[in-house]
Amino acid sequence: MSLLQLPAFGKERPWVRTAVLRPELGSLVAAALLFIFFSIASSGAMVEIPTIARVLDTAWPYGIIAVAVGLLMISGEFDLSAGVMVGTAGALLGIMATEWGMNLWLALVLSLGICLALGLWNGVLVVWTGLPSFVVTLGTFFGLRGANVALSKYFTGDALIENIDEAAGFDSLHAIVATVFGTAPSDFRISLLWWGGFTLIATWILWRTKIGNWIFATGGDREAARAVGVPVNGTKIGLFMLTAGAAWFVGVSNAVRYTSVQAGQGVGAEFFYIIAAVVGGCRMAGGYGSAVGPAIGALIWGIAFVGIPHAGWNSDWRWAFLGVLLLVSTLINHVVGERVRTVRSG
Amino acid sequence: MTTEQMTGQDESAAPPSDRQDVPVMEVRGLGRQFGAVTALQDVNVALRAGEVTCVVGDNGAGKSVFIKMLCGLIRPSEGEILLDGTPTEFGSPRQARSQGIVAVYQDLAISPLMSLWRNFFMGAEPVKGWGIFQRFDVAYAKEAMQSELEKLGVDLGDPDRAAHTLSGGERQGLAIARALYYGARVLILDEPTSALGVRQSGAVLRLIRRAAQRGTAVVLVTPKPQHAFWVGDRFLVFQRGRLIEDRRSETLTLESLSYLMAGGGEVDELETAIATA
Repeated sequence: MSLLQLPAFGKERPWVRTAVLRPELGSLVAAALLFIFFSIASSGAMVEIPTIARVLDTAWPYGIIAVAVGLLMISGEFDLSAGVMVGTAGALLGIMATEWGMNLWLALVLSLGICLALGLWNGVLVVWTGLPSFVVTLGTFFGLRGANVALSKYFTGDALIENIDEAAGFDSLHAIVATVFGTAPSDFRISLLWWGGFTLIATWILWRTKIGNWIFATGGDREAARAVGVPVNGTKIGLFMLTAGAAWFVGVSNAVRYTSVQAGQGVGAEFFYIIAAVVGGCRMAGGYGSAVGPAIGALIWGIAFVGIPHAGWNSDWRWAFLGVLLLVSTLINHVVGERVRTVRSG
Repeated sequence: MTTEQMTGQDESAAPPSDRQDVPVMEVRGLGRQFGAVTALQDVNVALRAGEVTCVVGDNGAGKSVFIKMLCGLIRPSEGEILLDGTPTEFGSPRQARSQGIVAVYQDLAISPLMSLWRNFFMGAEPVKGWGIFQRFDVAYAKEAMQSELEKLGVDLGDPDRAAHTLSGGERQGLAIARALYYGARVLILDEPTSALGVRQSGAVLRLIRRAAQRGTAVVLVTPKPQHAFWVGDRFLVFQRGRLIEDRRSETLTLESLSYLMAGGGEVDELETAIATA
């Protein structure tokens, strides 16, 4: 009996059945093992509050976007422009606030509108052309990568936009997206609450709303979903916009937190989101996954990112770790996927 | 759209004399071109409640274009579709389904990794709550699915099991039960027994009969004369994009049906061609 027959035959062992049905379980176990490993390797430094604060602070920007990218992946699509969109959101907010003297709240709304429009562009292009989202969003990635730096140089004369804290509305916006609890180095940002809240809402949408059913159906079998009346195109476009919205949130949060924006930021991060989603148990081909999984995937990255130097290793090993992590979890997903495809006649 | 409209009709559908009079669905002069290619032309058919209408014909005869136009997946280039005598246009399968026209395809529109109840309500999720608190009513979904399956005599076991664990016949059962639950007045089945063994085919054909007894107009596409003859009340034979025969089962034997399904006159042509070659 193979592993994936258990959902159907595991009645006598309900916990096995539940465990196999939960896509994020593997990543949860991996996160726990990794944390224990680095706690030992760092002689206990890993379990100190300041270290945990660093882990969480590293993880949240990836976590928020990875949750959206995870839902998008369940619907069967990728978004390679999500990382650079963080830079776009920050640069837009910065230019509007510092160069055009706009109130930050207005700049916030306008930058959201533009980011959602870019997400709409991604989604509509994928749906209309039928091209792989990999290609479409790679195009958007390069477009934005150029535009971010070119536009901020054009408007501010520099790729670094500073003094956002001088704009009107800064204090109130700062309170909402960048408040600090505790004192450094044991400081925790309000961003963690946003991350947790977003993950919970995404989980709710995925498991307990009809839109969630549409997301699973769209990625599971697009033609089947379309035939029974699931709005597959609308679902995909909506998720591209959600991903752009998540990137926008991280971009403006960082802009307000650091009071400055590096227009080139976010390049390269797009892969972290995808890795976090895959590590979190989302199926690359779509149709299976969770919202909690990608959040845990981002947490794993945070643990490794902070844990490797604490263990006294050269921090360059972070990248090697990421490579191994991706390969191992994709392999696990692939094996699971194969089993799902071969076990048909229960 | 709900179970209520069907519970009353269970085994005692409307008497034969009544249901002959009002076609549930009717097509007049229906045709479709794809560029310069005419896939189907001038089809006139009336579908009646409680009848199983079998659509037969060779590959490329226009069967699948015909049923795709009935269920809103393809728009006709000419002619009209009438529902209860009123001209109707379907912009999408979703729209057709909301009017009670439901198609079950060969691939069954079942998503393999999703649970049975998620599949059962895919695209028509029951919700409760209001505004942003509106949610998928999971408890109701499981219960409603189970009771519909019971009514049809289909036992699929645990509603949480993933659909890929079902056998071919069980999948058909799930797909047909789902269509009937949505209040299908016209149920379109595309080769439902093509991948099944004898036992499972029998179960599916009995399910089709039961659906007709409940007052559904069933449109069945099948290449198997035995299956069609056992279950069909009426036979539409397509050839080269035209409807060439429209016969009731009383006027046919299994042999004559097999002859029509194999292409009728084309078989004679083929025999002549082979003989003279």
